[in-house]
Amino acid sequence: MAERGARPKVPQWRLRTLRALRYVFTPLLPDDYLELINPLWSTQELRGRIERVERETPDAATIVIKPGWEWEGHEPGQYLRIGMPVDGVHHWRAYSLTSDPGRSDGCLSITPKLVDTGKVSPYLVRRAQPGAIVRLGGVEGTFVLPESLPDEFLFISAGSGITPIMSMLRALARRDALSDVVLLHSARTAEDVIFGAELRQLAQRHQGFRLHEQLTHEMGRMGPEDLQTLCPDWREREAFISGPAAMLDALTEHWERDGDRDRLHTERFQPIIGSEPSEHGEGGTIRFSVSEIEAHGDGATPILVAGEEAGATLPFGCRMGICHTCVGELCSGRVRDLRTGKVGGQDGEMIRTCIHAAEGPVEIAL
Amino acid sequence: MPPKALSRLPYDPHTRIHMPTMIESPLSRLSAEQIEELGKEVETIHDEVFGDLGDRDRRYITSMIEMHRRLVVLGRVILFASRYKPAWIAGTSMLSLAKILENMEIGHNVMHGQWDWMNDPQINSSTWDWDSASTAEAWKHSHNFIHHTFTNIRGKDRDLGYEIMRIDPHQKWNPVYLLQPFYNLVLAALFEWGVASHDLDFEAIKKGEKSKQAIRRELRGMARKARQQITKDYIVFPLLSGLISTLVELAIAATPLRAPAADKPKPRAGRMVKRVWRKAKPTRSSDRGQILRQLIERRSFREPFRTTLTADVTANLVRNVWAYMIIFCGHFPDQTYTFSQEETENETRGGMYIRQLLGAANIEGGPAFHVLSGNLGYQVEHHLYPDMPSTRYAEIAPRVRELCERYELPYNTGPFFKQFGMVQRTILRLALPGGKPRPKPGPYHDSATAGGGVGVDPLSLTP
Repeated sequence: MAERGARPKVPQWRLRTLRALRYVFTPLLPDDYLELINPLWSTQELRGRIERVERETPDAATIVIKPGWEWEGHEPGQYLRIGMPVDGVHHWRAYSLTSDPGRSDGCLSITPKLVDTGKVSPYLVRRAQPGAIVRLGGVEGTFVLPESLPDEFLFISAGSGITPIMSMLRALARRDALSDVVLLHSARTAEDVIFGAELRQLAQRHQGFRLHEQLTHEMGRMGPEDLQTLCPDWREREAFISGPAAMLDALTEHWERDGDRDRLHTERFQPIIGSEPSEHGEGGTIRFSVSEIEAHGDGATPILVAGEEAGATLPFGCRMGICHTCVGELCSGRVRDLRTGKVGGQDGEMIRTCIHAAEGPVEIAL
Repeated sequence: MPPKALSRLPYDPHTRIHMPTMIESPLSRLSAEQIEELGKEVETIHDEVFGDLGDRDRRYITSMIEMHRRLVVLGRVILFASRYKPAWIAGTSMLSLAKILENMEIGHNVMHGQWDWMNDPQINSSTWDWDSASTAEAWKHSHNFIHHTFTNIRGKDRDLGYEIMRIDPHQKWNPVYLLQPFYNLVLAALFEWGVASHDLDFEAIKKGEKSKQAIRRELRGMARKARQQITKDYIVFPLLSGLISTLVELAIAATPLRAPAADKPKPRAGRMVKRVWRKAKPTRSSDRGQILRQLIERRSFREPFRTTLTADVTANLVRNVWAYMIIFCGHFPDQTYTFSQEETENETRGGMYIRQLLGAANIEGGPAFHVLSGNLGYQVEHHLYPDMPSTRYAEIAPRVRELCERYELPYNTGPFFKQFGMVQRTILRLALPGGKPRPKPGPYHDSATAGGGVGVDPLSLTP
């Protein structure tokens, strides 16, 4: 089964009524018909409607989304899985929530930055229109504000690394807790600072909020050695860092050496993806999460065969990619289509185990 | 392929020494390299289409699904008034049409995985269920796997005659087949139930190939599906029609004839309900049978119940007969070939594609016909590419034909009634012992380029 949205919070009476009516609609569900009137009414999964698309920088936009059912909330800093069809194919991505969980209009927002070679960000930044329906999945992430707020904060971000931090800043501003906060943000030019206007306004309005914009085009990159001048008391502050892997690595090392590692919180917003495939696949370990069996498959062995050799009982049919009996949900990892040699696979995609081989470590729900 | 080497030898129709089959398959004319080359060409078309799938295709299937649901709602609501003839006719037509679309263009194709590329959690072969008696799971096994993998291999493709009919002269005759013309009609009327029980695979059960557990699970699934289908079509909707028209009638009877005077308070909803209730005179006793009996005595309940029931039965019947006609035209017209198990023992991928090509037959028709038949009028294309969105079959058909022409293979096609007539003739003829394979058309020639029609293969047996 392909990935679905999260279970929405629906009143019990409504669920009971729909359940009682199911004999009228079998084999479909009452929801399948209600969707014709309003796709947001589905009780099967949480969906949202794009209300506004606000341009932030030339290549980033904030997408404001109204969820179909009451938003269960999130912690500032967490990210959301969001799914939508792009060019006919349903894609799922995770984006940091940039909205304050306590937003009065019940909306939430994400702020994707354009990745030219990507599929979803070009759609969201360039093409998405108000009224479009998206699927809202689970909220995840441990890069969040601590339960009891510390007195002093230090935020360091670069590029779109600002997104989870923005949610935190907005929540702090609403709770009037911007009493001693420093933000060191890097971007190429002033124009490229996502939320630039709002950040500058926050700094103006709140005495306790200090903003430093490191415009790398003129000033060069900020390194750990600059910390001493930009924020001399960095060791005393609860630090939250979000940005590219190189920056995170350098700063983490710095904290380990000179500071208190326990006060450092990091978010690697770029997923770690294995190196691009060479001519022939190298295979990898395959975890069958339902059977709880682990197998090793080389780049030329179908996942199905590798699993069977490791003793798993898996669904199978024609073994040539025709009948779709063997499909399983890809939980993580990439797979190679043995017929075309093409590497693909995204989390939640249904793949035919008989014609796909593992390309690196793979987990599959079978 | 050993049988191929044999069949290159001169064929003697009297001794039948060299041929394991009664008729030579065009497969034997092609060299191993040609077969491999053809396989690659078939796959190129597949990959090109899959590289091009996108918004247009998604819009098609979502709007088709939406149209089906709107038709169902409209048809069912109109049938609440089914005691009036025009409503019965309109409602039944809509419901029949909806059921046909749902089974053919939507259910069959979604469950083939034709739309799985969209990665949509709702329109997906692993989650879809259809408005038919078979469970999705059993059907995907017997159809997608058994039939599409072993297409037209005698003794392996259980869809060749569906284990109850003699549809190929190679099948051994048995006196039961004398009844074939009769149960052929029964099967057409009850097609969905026939398909559902076919999925159980009695042969495998008899041979003990299925575990008790599997049989029990399948039977339970079938019973659940049957209960749901019967409850919906033959109990819930007739009941709703009956109740709605009884209530409407009572409401009309309870409405005061004269308009209420201006100074009088307008009748409130509560008072209205009370009046209807009094008029209905339900018994005070808690005896439910009594209420039911009173309802049945009322014409305003009995009549709509009956007419909605007949409407639902008719819609299912129309859908069954239509599905039967289309599906029987898929592999049983005269032009199609069947294969022995020896012939296909060491089959290559290319050989498999040629078998699919030779084993299927198309039906000619307009766009509406193709939608209503779930694009199974492009049976040849469907068997080459069962996982390709059905709407693309029409687009690739000319390329498949061109391929047939180049490799001198037949491309089986014909008008609906011609194909269907041939199938019925075979069913009648093969009820009796004997019978020979019908003459096969020769290699396909595009009339636009060759100027000639379909010729008779000089290699094939003519009676």
